[in-house]
Amino acid sequence: MIQTKMKLTQDEKEILQGKQGETLRKVMESVILYGEVFGAKRLVPLDGPVHLVTSFGIPILTPVFDKMDELIAHEIQTQMKFTVDPRPLDYENVKCSLLEKLVFKIMYGKQREYEKQLEKVGLKDKNAFTCTCYQPEVGNIPTKGDILAWAESSAVVYANSVLGARSNRNSGIIELFCGILGKAPEFGLLTNEGRKAKWLVEVKTSKIPNAQVLGSAIGMKVVEDVPYITGLDQFLGRGLSADTCDYLKDMGAASASNGAVGLYHVENITPEAMESQRSLLTENYQTYVIDDQEMERVINSYPVIWKDQESKAKVCFIGCPHLSLKQLEDWTERIASALQSSKRKRVALPTILCAAPDVVEAFKKQEEKYNRLIATGARVTSICALMYMNNPLCAKKPVITNSNKLRTYTTAKFLLDDQVLAEITN
Amino acid sequence: MEKAFKGRVVLGGETTGEAVVSRFGVNLLATYQSSALKKAKEVKCGDQNNPDLYKKNLTDKIICLPQTIGSTTGGMVLETIVKMGVGPKAMLFSEHIDSLAAAGIILSDVWLKSRIITIDQLGEDFLHSVQDGQTIEIKADGTVLVK
Repeated sequence: MIQTKMKLTQDEKEILQGKQGETLRKVMESVILYGEVFGAKRLVPLDGPVHLVTSFGIPILTPVFDKMDELIAHEIQTQMKFTVDPRPLDYENVKCSLLEKLVFKIMYGKQREYEKQLEKVGLKDKNAFTCTCYQPEVGNIPTKGDILAWAESSAVVYANSVLGARSNRNSGIIELFCGILGKAPEFGLLTNEGRKAKWLVEVKTSKIPNAQVLGSAIGMKVVEDVPYITGLDQFLGRGLSADTCDYLKDMGAASASNGAVGLYHVENITPEAMESQRSLLTENYQTYVIDDQEMERVINSYPVIWKDQESKAKVCFIGCPHLSLKQLEDWTERIASALQSSKRKRVALPTILCAAPDVVEAFKKQEEKYNRLIATGARVTSICALMYMNNPLCAKKPVITNSNKLRTYTTAKFLLDDQVLAEITN
Repeated sequence: MEKAFKGRVVLGGETTGEAVVSRFGVNLLATYQSSALKKAKEVKCGDQNNPDLYKKNLTDKIICLPQTIGSTTGGMVLETIVKMGVGPKAMLFSEHIDSLAAAGIILSDVWLKSRIITIDQLGEDFLHSVQDGQTIEIKADGTVLVK
């Protein structure tokens, strides 16, 4: 048995001694070593299901499939049914050439097999594939103070910041292991101390800043620290309206991918900031002021890595992270109205809106709105745009997006919402 | 002139190798995913946002960095690179190791029995001093000699 400084219960010790089998022993050892690196002194029980980041069957990820096989062989499952990130493919709504399909077939060659593995270790249901598992239609919704072990950076930062739950930014597989044990090592964002803000971010823009650019600016500055953000309440109002939640979802995803932010507090808006205000700031906090000039500087710092910078966009992705039902409705209205103004009937390029399968189902039930969107030529899907862009043939295409996360990980060009709208409707 | 630094041993061991240095947080997914997809025999950093590492060979090198950043698939991607046999020889963090890198090195160690020697908390001075191509010697007690 490995030597550990962590205080373990009798049950935990026995698992670590291998009394419940070698596989569970390795699961426990991995979680303990991981916790020890961060000074965890004990494991604490989880209050909700895990959300996994690994949703894609890329054959190259053999260590993942091997572990799954080993878990299944020993009939090991998570203690609560889990949700997982989006699927990579949907040929019906995201059109691909034959060659692209061939590459996808190789890239995600283990998708079907991997989904079966997920089902066997505790997947919630066939609709559980989304990066926004906390949407009401999906239902993996933690409450304030819940201890979690999530991965998927955009979901972790949302759960911590907007819902007031407590999850570290776990790496893939570690979150699965925690779900199996029903426990997580107690450190970092699970503790009061770890939730203190080392940065005061003062938003002093003349109008509401674009959420994706604001999040990007914050992420690049504070990297993994917790920021306490002021000045947003003048634009968003106090507390958490549906629009504010959507704004914070997109801001958080950008801060998590452009940096490594796992939690932010927003003055007069997020639950812990409402409760504790500026006492959340550490003693020697640093200050970062974001004004119009800084926003401009950040936008101008994004490299455009299209081969031909002057290319006309060929595909547009909206919804990384996945859109809420309200965002789907809003984009439908914006696209349809803009087309009307420009006297066009259909979008000028393939335009793909991404949302959770359960959200898409709810949207389809609003027949009038759904038909209005489909009539524009835009399509709704539940794939992960990032996984589409991982196809080298797709990566060569001039793709535009309003997602800073997609920009960060792919060759997609970032545009502000209005610029995206102009491109697809003119 | 040789300079010595002392950090915390995360995964111990002794080795000598060539430094490759990032003054920015290293995005593991963006750095490794293209090489993983191509089953590359030698990893070239694919992260366009990291001017220090972009397009540089990282295989069998000693990566000196502040922390890793980005998507939480990072740890698995690192484990995959290790299983492909093209991982780094060691990772030297000037700051406290982050959760993504920690998962990657631990999963490799426990499940693949492949060790990436890892020292963290080496301090800002370490990252300012060390340069690409320098020889680094790592000792079991967490001492790092930059030659």
